[in-house]
Amino acid sequence: MDITSDSHSQHISRQFNQELEELKTHLMAMGGLVEKQVNDAVISLLEGDTKLAIKVRDSDREVNDLQLQIDDECTRVLARRQPAASDLRLVVAVIRASSDLERIGDEASKIARNAITLSESGAAVRGLVEVRHISEHVRKMLRDALTSFARFDTNLAIEVVREDELVDDEYSSAMRSLVTFMAEDARSISPVLSVMWVLRALERVGDHADNLAEHVVYLVKGLDIRHQNHETLDQQMEQSR
Amino acid sequence: MLAPPHALNAAYLTHFSAEQSCLNIEHFSLAYAGKTALRELTLSVPRHRVTAFIGPSGCGKSTLLRAINRLHDLNESATHSGRIAFEGEDIYADDMHVSELRRRIGMVFQTPNPFPMSIYENVAFGLRLQKRMSKRKRDDIIEWALTSAALWDEVKDRLHKSAWQLSGGQQQRLVIARTLAVQPDILLLDEPASALDPISTLKIEELIRNLKSQLTLILVTHNMQQAARVSDYTAFLHDGKLIEYGPTDQVFTNPHLQRTEDYITGRMI
Repeated sequence: MDITSDSHSQHISRQFNQELEELKTHLMAMGGLVEKQVNDAVISLLEGDTKLAIKVRDSDREVNDLQLQIDDECTRVLARRQPAASDLRLVVAVIRASSDLERIGDEASKIARNAITLSESGAAVRGLVEVRHISEHVRKMLRDALTSFARFDTNLAIEVVREDELVDDEYSSAMRSLVTFMAEDARSISPVLSVMWVLRALERVGDHADNLAEHVVYLVKGLDIRHQNHETLDQQMEQSR
Repeated sequence: MLAPPHALNAAYLTHFSAEQSCLNIEHFSLAYAGKTALRELTLSVPRHRVTAFIGPSGCGKSTLLRAINRLHDLNESATHSGRIAFEGEDIYADDMHVSELRRRIGMVFQTPNPFPMSIYENVAFGLRLQKRMSKRKRDDIIEWALTSAALWDEVKDRLHKSAWQLSGGQQQRLVIARTLAVQPDILLLDEPASALDPISTLKIEELIRNLKSQLTLILVTHNMQQAARVSDYTAFLHDGKLIEYGPTDQVFTNPHLQRTEDYITGRMI
């Protein structure tokens, strides 16, 4: 049985409604913050904006604080309300999602740190085309994952899961090009390595967005679709309709 | 001719085969005082498992539990249709021996009701009614019943003191020991812990879990967390009908039906 985004507001206890609403609101706030961090980190790299990169690097603490707050709220709901069924799944999904968002924040920081290194080295940077391309893809995945969470939209969530495979392919092919650059010119090794770290971080952001989408399916349908190949996934989604 | 129960076997109504189940309720309806309390209920109870009946007040869960013990027999206005089969035999058949049925299907109620006699005599009561046996044999059974009810260590030094000296939780375990002494196959528990403090409640719950290796248990409870903690299967009843019946893990994490979800999560139904 699927649930909808307003189904956590119909309890006899209004206080409980409010607590669950707050969990969702705070998770969405954390999601918004992390999404902005990733966007800013990529812009700071592409445009060589060191100031922006420093801002991203330093805002990681804010994300960490939000994670602690959300975890604390989830623990309290578990202890005091003993939630069941969709309420329980919401709490579990929020705990998992906040952990993924925190990791995305870490990856954004990594991108920002590499942006600073590259900008300070003053070297000509190769591989930015790949960064731009993959980052657009990954940012869309993250945006869609967060939207699917806000709307309890499993169709959109499944799209995100499928996208992740494409990103993984693009990542492998970008890595091959970067290795070619390094082989061609030994002086480019250091800056190209930094770009590789950035691509690696973006690919990880994609993985975490994929996880977020999987938590949405768990929350809405009660199906755990982690660690599955796509055919099994299709079958499961078909059966749950 | 009644439709076979498996015809009703939707995903949200678990059905057990004859080998797996010890009690089969088939299209059972019951009315008393002019009101229908149970409507066409079909449900099979698995052997050596704890099955919980949950549902709002007046849903028929206690009525169903009493029907399994034929406690409605004394109510002249009570009428029923359908069948309740215990190990394949219709418990409402004319040749069913009611006191033998109640020996094999024991029942424990909400408020502990020890008899006004010693702890020992309480447990010996059913045995004395049954058949003659040596004192040695009776002592052994009493020790076994009290041990099974997790009470032996607390009362072994005062077996001949009045049962009324025991605390509420101990009295309830004594009543369970009294029921166990006659070696029933099924134990029916009607809100067995609702009059007890939290610690005594946990002891009863632990006891229920341990007893299922010996017999089959059916628990009626208002306390949903209790059903979630101790039962293997949960049946959700509403308005005299069986709504959803399945593994407790499933019912409490991802129920099939909206009505079940609304009840167990505290929404209006």
